[in-house]
Amino acid sequence: MKSGNGYKVIGSRPIRHDGVDKVTGRAKYGADLNFPDMLYGKVLRSPHAHAKIISLDVSQALEYPGVKDIITGSDLPIVEERIAEFGEIPENMRFLSDNVLASEKVFYKGQPIAVVAATDIHTAEEAVDLIEVEYEILASVTTVEEAIAPDAVVLHQSLTTNTLGEKTDIPTNIASHFRHENGDLSLGFSQAETNGVVIERTFTTQTVHQGYIEPHTATAKYNPDGELTVWTSTQGAFAVRDQVAEILRHSASKIKVVPLEIGGGFGGKIRVYVSPLAALLSIRTGLPVKITMSREEVFEGTGPAPATLIRVKIGATKDGRITAAEADLFYEAGAYPGSAVGAGANCMFTAYKIPNLRIDGFDVVVNKPRSSAYRAPGAPNGSFAAECVIDEICQKLEIDPLEFRLFNGAKEGDPRPTGPIHGKIGYIETVSAAQTHEHYQSEIDILKRQGRGIASGYWGNGAGRSSVNLTVNGDGTIMLLEGSTDIGGSRASIAMQAAEVLGIASEDVRPAVVDTNTIGETGVTGGSRTTHATGLVAIRAAEDVITQMKGQMADHWEVNQVDFSDGVFSSSNKSCGFKEAAKICAPVVGSVTESTGGAGGGFGTHIVDVEVDEETGKVEILRYTAVQDVGTAIHPSYVEGQMQGGVVQGIGWALSEEYVFGENGEMKNSSFLDYRMPTCYDTPMIDTVLVEVPNPGHPFGVRGVGEVPLVPPLAAIANAVSRAIGVRMTDLPMNPGVVLKALDKI
Amino acid sequence: MSRKVHVQTQINGDSIEFLCEPRQSMLEVLRDDLDLTGAKEGCNNGNCGACTIMVEGRPVNSCCMLGVEAEGNNIETIEGVASPEGLHPLQQKFLEHAALQCGICTPGFIMNAKALLESNPNPTEKEVRFWLAGNLCRCTGYDKIVRAVLDAADNGDDDL
Repeated sequence: MKSGNGYKVIGSRPIRHDGVDKVTGRAKYGADLNFPDMLYGKVLRSPHAHAKIISLDVSQALEYPGVKDIITGSDLPIVEERIAEFGEIPENMRFLSDNVLASEKVFYKGQPIAVVAATDIHTAEEAVDLIEVEYEILASVTTVEEAIAPDAVVLHQSLTTNTLGEKTDIPTNIASHFRHENGDLSLGFSQAETNGVVIERTFTTQTVHQGYIEPHTATAKYNPDGELTVWTSTQGAFAVRDQVAEILRHSASKIKVVPLEIGGGFGGKIRVYVSPLAALLSIRTGLPVKITMSREEVFEGTGPAPATLIRVKIGATKDGRITAAEADLFYEAGAYPGSAVGAGANCMFTAYKIPNLRIDGFDVVVNKPRSSAYRAPGAPNGSFAAECVIDEICQKLEIDPLEFRLFNGAKEGDPRPTGPIHGKIGYIETVSAAQTHEHYQSEIDILKRQGRGIASGYWGNGAGRSSVNLTVNGDGTIMLLEGSTDIGGSRASIAMQAAEVLGIASEDVRPAVVDTNTIGETGVTGGSRTTHATGLVAIRAAEDVITQMKGQMADHWEVNQVDFSDGVFSSSNKSCGFKEAAKICAPVVGSVTESTGGAGGGFGTHIVDVEVDEETGKVEILRYTAVQDVGTAIHPSYVEGQMQGGVVQGIGWALSEEYVFGENGEMKNSSFLDYRMPTCYDTPMIDTVLVEVPNPGHPFGVRGVGEVPLVPPLAAIANAVSRAIGVRMTDLPMNPGVVLKALDKI
Repeated sequence: MSRKVHVQTQINGDSIEFLCEPRQSMLEVLRDDLDLTGAKEGCNNGNCGACTIMVEGRPVNSCCMLGVEAEGNNIETIEGVASPEGLHPLQQKFLEHAALQCGICTPGFIMNAKALLESNPNPTEKEVRFWLAGNLCRCTGYDKIVRAVLDAADNGDDDL
């Protein structure tokens, strides 16, 4: 039966294919693989945020009973400075290699210095303590302000600023400086000054972690014929293969990466950390080697999202029309360049029509862990600043914040503030849906220090290379092999698209995520690309299968032409369903690898009610509604889940999560007890509204949905708190101390 | 390394004997020695709940329990929750409600929710949220997990 959207499978809510394995504990995640002769690796990490390694003595540790090998930075091949592309992220190979295992200097507390392989984990941990390292401790730089000061300690002598496209030759901590400019800024602001309002504010956000529950892990096994196998949990098996190959100078064709189930990633499991180390130890010892990080190592030694300092100024006329906006974005890259400041600049004003604009972005290195992608990387920070200023303008002009967004909001054909023209988008639709939602009509109690916040957000979404191999079995079921690791239900969302084309049930497709030797190259599960791009390739493979089967059925029926629609093959006088045809035609194989385009950007508009406890400073989330243009929801339950999960990560970012650093750049709270992610007791149900404006770049209208929902919450909650207490909140997280300070209570 | 200790215990209804070092956690014994990898290690210090098992009917973070403490106890792990007749109602409801995304926290949530429903067959939403506050999930935002647990409770099955 077709559902309301005209599809049979798309829009339904079948049980996911990998579900039973995951509720029974049978699914094998990265750390669940054991070999009888396996060694355990443990990493020695720098206790200092910035230091030179003067000497490194592993002799005592090597003699410890049970220790089989120890590697240090000098055991890695020397890698020159050059840029390679892995998944979403361009990498300087020298920096990537040093981040995996430091060579001469360490640039953050937690940077790997040596790795012990021993017969069990406890022996490895004990041996790590026997390694003697002499450091020359250097002054560390831990904030953007310190890093950009004229007399700042410079981390990398080879690093010079790429200023507006031109290289200087002076070493600095500013890795890049870019600018977007449009229109006449002074004209725009003068229009607002004479006939409206101009608001300027400076915002700060702290370092936060993706917080996936599964620590990084890898198990490697090297065979004497040069074949290296790496089992790991990753967002991209091919990205792991290529990084290991580059770091170890091992032929990529002799590396097989087997993606095991992944326990969360959110952008943090694209760059490699332990895979090349396990691989090198296996190459040297000839034995399987497994390295699993502790939670402390995950916090201190992997890439969090950058802390930021952002200044925003926006002007609007009395009737609420934005005339000009400018912003300066400083993002902490951490120890090596490459923060997501570019995406932050691209996304922050994208929901609006802004005639006059300037954005300057700065990528700044500091002595903190190297920042990495985290769900809509860069966008939550920039949008936090922009959306808070917009809210303040609405307050000053006494305009409803959703009315303001309807008035200024971008539509198809409008130019984006940073250049390209918007294609088919559904931003205005999200604002309208928020406006008519019962939540927005409901009352809040100002006397109880309750406040309602609104914010919108944008993420561009991705496409790129994917591969799918479909085999039609004699019983009419399908084997679907794919290279996209499944973090949140993508086996289902891809299988359902193939099923829709073939006219069969979701359950009749058996998806499998396979290793790098078994499927064609596939990009990472990231950038909200997977359901769009791998889904598109699955559709192509299914169409190929249908074309082949039409030919075979024509031969079988001895007719010239066979058609296929609604799951039925038919000629002028005969017809049969897909399953019957499969009996005749099987096996049929359709295999497609393709680099797709057509990603459709996505917008969300969020409504949140908070209550602030004046005595304790605690902010309680009373109610939350997330509205999002999701294109076409393939499996609505998992689309809702993406939105709810993103919102709760946003609640943590807004209210409780931050890396607390000591004076010397050492993280003070590297545990789940002290780094406070929301629990179910901290959060309400998260209402979702799925607005469906199909993406013309995909046959079924799919848009990426995973990243958008983390963009609005920071500002939405800050706007709610600001309205509740009558003080404009500009610094995250808004923990009880920050709120009490805003209330002048401490 | 100290001498290994002989431990006799019951796991998922079977009598089990194992040797472990006194310093090994129950989680390590389950995962590395008994190949019961359904209990997950997310933090190894009792903050995330991914390693939750039941000991004598009570939920325990197995990373904070020593292997030697299993002696004489009756232990249940996620591997023992489904029966030959099929999934436990909680497992079924987690699937129906899409209450998992990556799934790494799911075994811990199911074990702890099972403990809740065995002591309080009809909890309120607030009681569910309070009881499960020791289990971290980073994917779902908890909404669908809480709904799945409430729905499983509504089933009113006698075996809950």
